Amino acid sequence: MQALTNHAKSVDRKPMTWVERIYIWNIAKGMAITLRHFWKKKVTIDYPEVKRPFSPVFRGVQVLNRDEEGRERCTACGLCAVACPAEAITMEAAERKTGEEHLYREEKYAARYEINMLRCIFCGLCEEACPKDAIYLSETFAPANYQRKGFIYNKEELLIPDPKTQPEAYEEAKGKHRPTTA
Amino acid sequence: MHLLVIDWIFLVEKLILIIVIVSVSLGVAMYSTWGERKVAAFMQDRRGPSRAGPGGIFQPLADGLKLFMKEEIFPSSSNKFLFILGPCLAMMTAMMTSAVVPWSTPLHLFGRVVSLQIADINIGILYVFGVVSMGVYGIMMGGWASNNKFSLISAIRGASQIISYELAMGLSLIALLMVTGSLSLRTIVEQQVHQGYWNIVVQPIGFLVFFVCALAECNRTPFDLSEAENELNFGYHQEYSSMKLGFYLFAEYINMFISSAIMATLFFGGYHIPFVHTDAMNPNLAAILGGAAFFIKTVIFIFIFMWIRWTVPRFRYDQLMNLGWKGLIPLALINMVVTGAVILWLKK
Repeated sequence: MQALTNHAKSVDRKPMTWVERIYIWNIAKGMAITLRHFWKKKVTIDYPEVKRPFSPVFRGVQVLNRDEEGRERCTACGLCAVACPAEAITMEAAERKTGEEHLYREEKYAARYEINMLRCIFCGLCEEACPKDAIYLSETFAPANYQRKGFIYNKEELLIPDPKTQPEAYEEAKGKHRPTTA
Repeated sequence: MHLLVIDWIFLVEKLILIIVIVSVSLGVAMYSTWGERKVAAFMQDRRGPSRAGPGGIFQPLADGLKLFMKEEIFPSSSNKFLFILGPCLAMMTAMMTSAVVPWSTPLHLFGRVVSLQIADINIGILYVFGVVSMGVYGIMMGGWASNNKFSLISAIRGASQIISYELAMGLSLIALLMVTGSLSLRTIVEQQVHQGYWNIVVQPIGFLVFFVCALAECNRTPFDLSEAENELNFGYHQEYSSMKLGFYLFAEYINMFISSAIMATLFFGGYHIPFVHTDAMNPNLAAILGGAAFFIKTVIFIFIFMWIRWTVPRFRYDQLMNLGWKGLIPLALINMVVTGAVILWLKK
């Protein structure tokens, strides 16, 4: 039969030679290999102290963005929920009252915004769908939890810290690789 | 009443020596577990235990504590007496072998000559063989008393393996004993010190056979068929938990330490330091240096044991038996005959 690829190698069924049968030479060769590895640089990273940096395209847990004045950008249009293939996003819209202009950027905002992290597949389609740059995937992952309901993230958990009152926390949550979206 | 005249100081001296040697063996065994994990890690490009203390140096303590805290489980269908006796016997035989090893030259303390050997019996190496062959009972009892098929199979494997390799081991030693003319370990070491060269020079094949058999006797990879994790589910100590399991694992490491010590004694000059004349030195200093040299040789052997374990995969059962009966025993026999012939020829 014609092989489709050249990956297949025929198994060598030759009887062992005398040198192979007394094992010693081959064992010595093997031991030389392991000894070489003994001095090699170790690949281990001491995880909690040292963290491996994520790649720039890493898609982590979602963050709800604010603008420079600390107002929520989300207008609860629902495009992210529609785009979500895992149906992880739910939201309820509300109308901005007078006197709330410093909280919400536009007249409509999300009163309730939930992402089920057990459903989310971190595809990033919500980020692509959002016309207001209100949601994007950050550089952290969803931490473990003891209960299922702990994985349903509400708006308070998703919102990025206020850039005016907590600038350092805001910068950290935004991540290094994210371009600033004004 | 001369029968009741006992040299009490002698007794105390031996008692102290026994305590020291037992604790040293246990300490070395303890740190062998740490060393084993470090060596394994380094050979696999990892770092090994690193959390408990600097470089994971307290890892054995944590392991020991863990074993003590574990629940003690007796299988309901097991033979309780033998189930407990198994690990005890394994541990005891492992510890007993250290009695005849000459650790160093005598110390001179308080006007007394303190021999650093618990018992210099004139059949030392025979005693070692006797005790080591008792060690298989620990495996047999544990495997049988567990009343578990895997354990039983592993016990049978272990027993047949040890019996097969003991033969070759004994035969390889006969050649050495023809050279040295003595069974006493101290005499063998003293001869090597006075000759200025080690027995490995005259008995390389004997050493090779002895070394391979020592690996098999200690149930170390590539001869760990009796505990073969992936086929026999951890083998004869499968049903054991808590410190009884600890005893089995510990006995393995003590065995490794003692067989390394015996190999260093028989073939590598024991406490002899090459190119250094200790005769002119202060006897206490010489004893300490000799002991250190002996310890270093032993540690090197332990490292080689581990090195082999993390290099070579386990032998198949038929390969094991072929190697033992068709490889090592004929080799040891030929070595014996050739050694005898050479000795006769040299004497003529």
